[in-house]
Amino acid sequence: MGILEVKNVNKRFGGLQALGDVNLSVAENTVHAIIGPNGAGKSTLLNVLVGKLIPDTGSVSFEGQSVLGRKPYEINQMGISRVFQTPEIFSDLTVLENMMIPIFAKRDGAFRMHAIEAVGSEKSVIEQAEHMLESLNLADARHDHAAAMSRGNKRRLEIGMCLAQEPRLLLLDEPTAGMARADTNNTIDLLKQIKDERDITIAIIEHDMHVVFSLAERITVLAQGSPLVEDTPENIKGHPKVREAYLGESA
Amino acid sequence: MLGLTKKDFSLLMLVVALTMLAPFILNPFPEGSAMAQFNAGYPDLMQRFVIFGIFAIGFNILFGLTGYLSFGHAAFLGVGSYAAIWMMKLLTTNIIPAMVLAVIIAGLFSLIVGYISLRRSGIYFSILTLAFAQMSFAMAYSVLTPLTGGETGLQLRNTDARILESAPDGGGISRANLFGLEMTSSYELTLGAWEFTFNVGYYIAAIVMLLAFYLSIRIFRSPFGMMLRAIKSNNTRMNYTGLNAKPYTLAAFVISGMYAGLAGGLMVAMDTQVGPERMFWTASGEVVLMTILGGAGTLIGPVLGAGMIKYMENIISKINETILHQWFAFMPDGIEDLMVTMVYPFIGKGWHLTLGLIFMGVVIFLPGGLVEGGQRIARLFGKGKAADAKDTQSTPAE
Repeated sequence: MGILEVKNVNKRFGGLQALGDVNLSVAENTVHAIIGPNGAGKSTLLNVLVGKLIPDTGSVSFEGQSVLGRKPYEINQMGISRVFQTPEIFSDLTVLENMMIPIFAKRDGAFRMHAIEAVGSEKSVIEQAEHMLESLNLADARHDHAAAMSRGNKRRLEIGMCLAQEPRLLLLDEPTAGMARADTNNTIDLLKQIKDERDITIAIIEHDMHVVFSLAERITVLAQGSPLVEDTPENIKGHPKVREAYLGESA
Repeated sequence: MLGLTKKDFSLLMLVVALTMLAPFILNPFPEGSAMAQFNAGYPDLMQRFVIFGIFAIGFNILFGLTGYLSFGHAAFLGVGSYAAIWMMKLLTTNIIPAMVLAVIIAGLFSLIVGYISLRRSGIYFSILTLAFAQMSFAMAYSVLTPLTGGETGLQLRNTDARILESAPDGGGISRANLFGLEMTSSYELTLGAWEFTFNVGYYIAAIVMLLAFYLSIRIFRSPFGMMLRAIKSNNTRMNYTGLNAKPYTLAAFVISGMYAGLAGGLMVAMDTQVGPERMFWTASGEVVLMTILGGAGTLIGPVLGAGMIKYMENIISKINETILHQWFAFMPDGIEDLMVTMVYPFIGKGWHLTLGLIFMGVVIFLPGGLVEGGQRIARLFGKGKAADAKDTQSTPAE
C-alpha cells in the first residue's frame, strides 16, 4: 500500500477523456516521476491530487484517507504540498515573510486570529524561517521583496516554503520548466539533497528527461490519459512502448 | 514601546502630536486676515477630520491589506449612526453606550454582508457590496421609515423617553455628553489676532481616533495582518499553503465594518442627527478616494487622505467669486477678470473638479498616494530617515 493511491480515476472534459482508468500507487519515501507527451493528462492528474479538480469516478487516497471533495487547503493540511510550474510565492512580501507563512500555517492550522501580538515577537517562527533560508542559501535576501529574486531563487524559495511545512508528500509540477541549464541543475541538486535528508515522498511531473532520470526511482508513463507503463528508470529508458508514445509509430 | 517598534511608535507619537495640537496647526492665519478662510481649526471640521480618519483607517484594513475593494462601506457607517441615535433616544445621551452599540450593530451587519459578498472576489465583490449599501440606503429612505425616520432622518427630541435619565428641566433638548461633559462645549483662546477653539467633542473624537489608529498599527504588524497581505499577494499560494483565506478576509471585513460603525456612532455623538444620505453610494466612494489618495496599505495614508478631502470639501468650496476678485484685485482689470474666469471652475461648487484633478494626478504619478509623495520629497532633500518613518510597505516584518 503506497502513501498515495489513485484507483480507477476517470475525468472527462466534454468529449475529451482527459484521464481514463488511471491507477497509480506512490510508495512511501520514493521519488516517483510521472512523464508523458503533451496532452497525456499529467496536469489533470495533478489537479485531481490536490483537490482542484474532482474526478468523475474513482478514488484518491493519501495515507489511507480520501482526498476527494476536500479543498486545496485541507489537502495541504493533510500533508501534501505542491510546487507549481511557475513559482507561486508571495511576491509583495519579503523573503523572510514568505518563509514564515507556511510555518504559521503548520503551527496554527487553516485559520487563527493573531491580530494583536506583533510578528516580531514570534521568535521561534522567525528562527525556523531564518534557518530554512540559510539552508537554501537565501538568507542574504531575507529582507528583499520576493518579486525581486531571480527565477531560480524563486523556485528555491517555493520549494523551501513547501518543505517548511514538513509535508509527507511533495508534488512538483514541471519544476524546471523554462529554466536555464544552471538553474535546472541547482534545482536537481536541491531536490536530491531534500530526498537524502528527509523522510519525504516526492511525486514529480516533468518534461525534461535529464531531470527525470537524475531523480526518479520509479516512473509512470502516461499517454492519452492512461498509464502506459510503470517501472524503474533503467527499464523505462529502452521500453518500446514509451518510445512509441513519445516519438510516434515504431520509431 | 506599547508593543510597537521604534519606527511605528514615533509615527504614533507624530499623529498624537498632530491631533492634540490640531486647533493650533489648523488655524495658522490671524482672524480677520485675508487668509483666514483657509483656517480649518473650527470644531465641526476638525471633528470631521478625525471621524473620517477612523472610517478610512478601518477601510484600509480591508482594502489596503487584502485588496478587496468594498464599495458599500457607507452602509456600516449609516447603520452605526442609526444604532447610536436610538441608544441616545431610548437609553441615555451619554455617548459611550451609543458608540458601543454602533460598533456592535455595524459588526453584525458587516458579518452578514461580508459572508455573502466574499463568495466572490474582484469586481463582483465590489458590486455585491455596492448592491447591499444601496439596498440599505433605499430601505432606510422608504420602508424602514419607522426605524430610520425616512427622508427626514432622526434627531433627539424633548419627547424622547430615556430609561436612564429624566428629561432636562425647562423642556430643553438634552445634549450628547460624556458623563455630563457636553460635546458642544468649547474653550476659546485668543492670542493677539489669533483665535483657537478647543472643543470637547473634537478631543474625545481625536482620542478615539488615536486608539483606532494604534489598534490598526497592531493589526498591520501582527501575523493576522501578514496573512491579509499574503491573500492580496497570492491567493493561490495561500490555499496551497494550507490556509483558508475566507475567514481571514471575513475577519478583516468585519473589523473594517466595525471601524465604520464607530465612525458613524461618533458622528451622532458630535451632531445628534442621522439621515439616510449617509449611506448613499457617493459616501462609500468617498472613503475609497480617501484611502487611495492618502496611500492604500500604508498606516498614515488614509488619515491624510481623509483630512485632505474634508479640507477641500469645506474650504475650497467656500471660496466664491467675490473672494477671487479680492485676490486678483492688484492686477489690471482685464487680466483680473480673465484670472477670475479661469480659476472660477475650480472653486466653490467646482471643488469636485479640483479634487478630481488632484486624484488623477496622484493615481498616475504617485501610485502610493500622498505617503509616497512625502517619501519622495524627503528623499529629494536627503532626509532618508524621515521617509522611513512613514514607510510601511517595505518595512520588514520584525
